[in-house]
Amino acid sequence: MKTLVWVEHDNAEIKDATLAAVTAAGKLGEVHLLVAGSGCRAVAEAAAKIAGVGKVHLADDAAYEHALAENVAPLIADQMGHHDAFVAPATTTGKNIAPRVAALLDVMQISDILSVEGDKTFTRPIYAGNAIATVESSDEKLVITVRGTAFDKAEAEGGSGEIEEISGPTDAGISSFVSQEIAESDRPELTSASVIVSGGRALKDAETFEEYITPLADKLGAGIGASRAAVDAGYVPNDYQVGQTGKIVAPEVYIAIGISGAIQHLAGMKDSKTIIAINKDEDAPIFQVADIGLVADLFKAVPELTEKL
Amino acid sequence: MKILVPVKRVIDYNVKPRVKADGSGVDLANVKMSMNPFDEIAVEEAIRIKEAGNAEEIVAVSIGPAKAQETLRTALAMGADRAILVETDDEVEPLAVAKILKAIAEEEEPGLVMLGKQAIDDDSNQTGQMLAALMGRPQGTFANTVEVAGDSVTVKREVDGGLETVKLTLPAIVTTDLRLNEPRYASLPNIMKAKKKPLDTKSPADYGVDTAPRLKTTNVSEPPVRQAGEKVEDVDALVAKIKAMGIV
Repeated sequence: MKTLVWVEHDNAEIKDATLAAVTAAGKLGEVHLLVAGSGCRAVAEAAAKIAGVGKVHLADDAAYEHALAENVAPLIADQMGHHDAFVAPATTTGKNIAPRVAALLDVMQISDILSVEGDKTFTRPIYAGNAIATVESSDEKLVITVRGTAFDKAEAEGGSGEIEEISGPTDAGISSFVSQEIAESDRPELTSASVIVSGGRALKDAETFEEYITPLADKLGAGIGASRAAVDAGYVPNDYQVGQTGKIVAPEVYIAIGISGAIQHLAGMKDSKTIIAINKDEDAPIFQVADIGLVADLFKAVPELTEKL
Repeated sequence: MKILVPVKRVIDYNVKPRVKADGSGVDLANVKMSMNPFDEIAVEEAIRIKEAGNAEEIVAVSIGPAKAQETLRTALAMGADRAILVETDDEVEPLAVAKILKAIAEEEEPGLVMLGKQAIDDDSNQTGQMLAALMGRPQGTFANTVEVAGDSVTVKREVDGGLETVKLTLPAIVTTDLRLNEPRYASLPNIMKAKKKPLDTKSPADYGVDTAPRLKTTNVSEPPVRQAGEKVEDVDALVAKIKAMGIV
């Protein structure tokens, strides 16, 4: 089977989520990559070095700069004439584009796969991860998004793919990029951080969240996450949210502070290797999944913990 | 402008789903069902657009069993003007749902189709994007803010790195994220009034759509269960544990 993997990038660097998608695609067959963007040859050159990669298709056009689904989906659909499966990371970009491609191909997409069980058989989470479905596709072509935490990352070096320039439909003329507010941070990205410190509603407000969570995260070199309640209350921006509909994370260590552990939150972090919970309510559901729990007032425990580490 | 709002009847947000022992699916017998929370946000947003004078009519649509009428009545009680139930007892996949919605959109000619970004049962996150593709229209997915002005809609989207704003030519498809708004509760008088609002019942065949599934679910199982670990007495004990992990 010939697969075409969507390379997620910002026209300069490849995003990590791509590497897990490459691993998933490798289980299906030959791995070809698609780099669509503007002035993104450097991305294609880096993509060609990913271990196990065959061809790298490079589509360089101003219309692809911001990966607008209206512009890139027809390009991908075109390329699917000579590929059997389109594979994208289940990031917001992948989730935006892949179903549009699937519909253009009259294919039912398989979202957020956890494993490859056969040529056309996959497992995927449903009901916020409270159940795992095994599904088999009857479509001729496959369109798949890949849960990043479920697959190892392919090696970013060691491959020797061949870059081939391609072109296709460009600006559909029905949508345009206006602006973006992307937080610049030296912190590790949530989806690839090895340690995450996450705060919940108990943190009271934005200042308190910053005051208690940030120093601990700094000490541990950790990414910062939050529960939906904390994001809804405006303590932190939306891109901090961990959960069923936010980010799915699986770090080595996940420290949940003042998070009760609603099923929607657990869905986003329960595959973490070690879960540590600090909560003053000893009956909080978070303790049912935590490896190490501390029943304590976070306003006392967290500064003490930060200091003693 | 007319706004079409597709809504899905799903297991209630607060219910913990139970997997059936025979691996055939999730047990929905005698389980509380509600409108998909993201769709509720879509209904609310449509009402706000109408209240702001940017839309004249809101049509709610549901594809599902006869009981999905209740979900449509909820949308009507919130403020939708009329409803269409495409009745079927089969499970309809996002691709077929998108095909039915396309047929309805061709009849109704809405300026906006506003729907939830995903349903909390199958967690597919596909229908809006698929509908946009089939209609050849733009899509504003994971909307955090929606502003209609003239013949375009500006959508601020929740993306992995933060927020992204796109401008789309109407007609367009918008899918809602959690923070777009806080849906209102229907008042008792509005619930009563909703009973008199028009609700048409159709079938997938009326729209010439084949709903035969493309994916076969061969098994549904419980995820691996995480065992609760130990509780430590105090911060010192926790510090010792964390130091033993070698992360500091």
